[in-house]
Amino acid sequence: MKKIFSQIKAAFLTSVVMMIICGLIYPFAVTGVSQLVFHDKANGSLIKIDGKVVGSKLIGQTFENPAHFISRVSSVNYNVYEKNDPNYAGVSSGNFNYAPSNPELTKRMNDSVNEFLKNNPTVSKKDIPADLITSSGSGLDPHISIPSAKIQIDRIATASHLSKEEVQNIIKEATSKKVFGVLGEDKMNVLEANMLIDKKMK
Amino acid sequence: MWQITIVLLIYLPLVLIAGRYLYKVTMKEKMWGDGFFNRVESIIYKLSAIKQEEMTGKQYIFSLLFSNAVMIAIGYFILRIQSSLFLNPNDIGNMETTLSFNTIISFMTNTNLQHYSGESGLSYLSQMLVIIFMMFTSAASGYAVCMAFCRRLIAKTDVLGNFYVDFVRVITRILLPLSFVVSLFLVSQGVPQTFKENITLTTIEHKQQDIAFGPIAAMESIKHLGTNGGGFNGANSSTPFENPTVLSNIVEILSMMLLPGACVVALGLMITYRKNRNHKALIGKQGTSIFIAMSVIFLIGIAVVYASESAGNPEIHAIGIDDSTGNMEGKETRFGIAQSSLFTAATTAFTTGTVNNMHDTLTPLGGLVPLFNMMLNVVFGGKGVGLMNMMMYVLLTIFIACLMIGRTPQFLGKKIEAKEMKLIALCILIHPTIILGFSALAVTTAGGVAGITNPGAHGLSQVLYEFASSSANNGSGFEGLADNSTFWNVTTGLAMFFGRYTSIVLQIAIASLLAKKLVHNESIGTLNTTNATFTVFLVAIVLVVGALTFLPSIALGPITEFLQLNS
Repeated sequence: MKKIFSQIKAAFLTSVVMMIICGLIYPFAVTGVSQLVFHDKANGSLIKIDGKVVGSKLIGQTFENPAHFISRVSSVNYNVYEKNDPNYAGVSSGNFNYAPSNPELTKRMNDSVNEFLKNNPTVSKKDIPADLITSSGSGLDPHISIPSAKIQIDRIATASHLSKEEVQNIIKEATSKKVFGVLGEDKMNVLEANMLIDKKMK
Repeated sequence: MWQITIVLLIYLPLVLIAGRYLYKVTMKEKMWGDGFFNRVESIIYKLSAIKQEEMTGKQYIFSLLFSNAVMIAIGYFILRIQSSLFLNPNDIGNMETTLSFNTIISFMTNTNLQHYSGESGLSYLSQMLVIIFMMFTSAASGYAVCMAFCRRLIAKTDVLGNFYVDFVRVITRILLPLSFVVSLFLVSQGVPQTFKENITLTTIEHKQQDIAFGPIAAMESIKHLGTNGGGFNGANSSTPFENPTVLSNIVEILSMMLLPGACVVALGLMITYRKNRNHKALIGKQGTSIFIAMSVIFLIGIAVVYASESAGNPEIHAIGIDDSTGNMEGKETRFGIAQSSLFTAATTAFTTGTVNNMHDTLTPLGGLVPLFNMMLNVVFGGKGVGLMNMMMYVLLTIFIACLMIGRTPQFLGKKIEAKEMKLIALCILIHPTIILGFSALAVTTAGGVAGITNPGAHGLSQVLYEFASSSANNGSGFEGLADNSTFWNVTTGLAMFFGRYTSIVLQIAIASLLAKKLVHNESIGTLNTTNATFTVFLVAIVLVVGALTFLPSIALGPITEFLQLNS
């Protein structure tokens, strides 16, 4: 009996001590150091215009203005919603989780393709990059591929009254290349590109 | 393909260094930082009333079960009352009973299957006090048991090592320092680490957007280092806040591969050094043969996922758009096919369960690999337990090989006899029994079928995947499955519990039996367990046993889907 009691005592005390070390001291220490050393990044890499937060460099958004680049398809609509929208279910992340064989997947993609063709009459179907029409894993992907950006140039140039070269330059400016030339993919940050467009249009 | 090669090349030297370090921690050899660590540990021992006595295998396993039971109780209690505690800036409510049961079992067994969504299900305090805490302790429990197991393989007595001492040393000397460094690196890449509440902002198109924050980086590091895998956010490591850049992705991949591989190296060193400590060795002959056997299966897996995902989905191809980039549904632009495939293969081989792309949306063969990795559960595996599972196959292979050539089966001079073989067979059978038994139950009951969200063969794959993930203590999912229901919470909770503890108990029992045996000298007649022939035979046994057990279910799931898509 005494042995069992000392067993339980050790188990209980070890749990409590570790809970304090791993569950409190450790995360507070990491927070302290990161808030000091990487203040902006530790707080979400927020982008501000005139002191007002308009987004995060790392989190994508939906864009509907024809003068803006559109983002990839998102199952959570990037947590973007109209003010007081009753259908908005609260902040989340994720994917439609359609299997490759699920007919819902082809239906959703066909709808997106048709809508894209309607908004971009100069584009032919076979040139639409699949990554723009597929949904990202997180539903918050801030990037699109370079072909997905280029295919939108005509529409954006018409709607924004910028020249095609200007739009091309904006793509270049918002593009980040593969790290060391091999790791990752070339990609364009959609929010940054759209802010550059807004700036040029003013 | 290049990027995959580069990551794996970086991994090799790292795992050798980590393995040597783990060896020193396990064998309590002198090491750098001893002065500091000893002082910290002696304070912890004193506070926790830990007597540093040597334990028998039985006492060791009882201590493990006792301590885990206490942690389950405390954790469950916190989840049930989280709304009234502090550090809850987003006003999250208490967690429901079956979901709390599932969550707490999930994190204590190092599975990290999540039937809740982090953004809306847990307060910051719960994320830290329950989730981060359990990520450390469940991993440390696993490594402690693995140490106890390995030590018994080479020992001449069953009375050695103290569970609490091993447990504390793994945390103070390995997990905490590494997690701290990796956390800071992740913050430098953009992972938030803050206690501020979520924000609502106005976009440049004058709409509202919500952004969820939290102390994410602190969890992100231990989640991979401890091969835990549970995400702070619902979409896990595919969300930009958990995994913002390709560099963070590589660090997360390396973090989860580091310690399971290091366990193999540490065992290799123990075996080599058991006779002569001054011997020069990187991993040792026995370690090499096991490491190569695991690597072969792992590399085949990566190649299949990569090829299948690059080839893309025939249904999308048929739409007539440009799908030359492969199957990007469910994947992030910044990772592309290569980084996503590597992550998928690594997270299931090393049984972490974190995902940087959605496995439900993988092509049939791309999804088959993670499923099969978890069904085998021996390709490195997570938190030390993977190595113990592999050792079961090593002993089985020795037994079969010796029967074929008519010799007495023995490993490291210890005879493998009927008693051990019975336990080994039982141990190997538990895993398929749990997966296939519960899957059968799920597809025959209304509660189970209700969770299936994809039609056809893929629906069965969803069920198999969920139970394979639970039993292998992996935690990733074909996330479409609507799994937050009483049926799924309870069944997967049981699968995780038995998948973890029955194997651990049996494996320590086997190790105890071996520890007490007489050591025979090796002669010309002893089966060589360190050469290429043995490695090939080991891989074959693993694949044949795996294939025979699971082939029928795989044929009805992913393979049927593959044939349908390509017909």
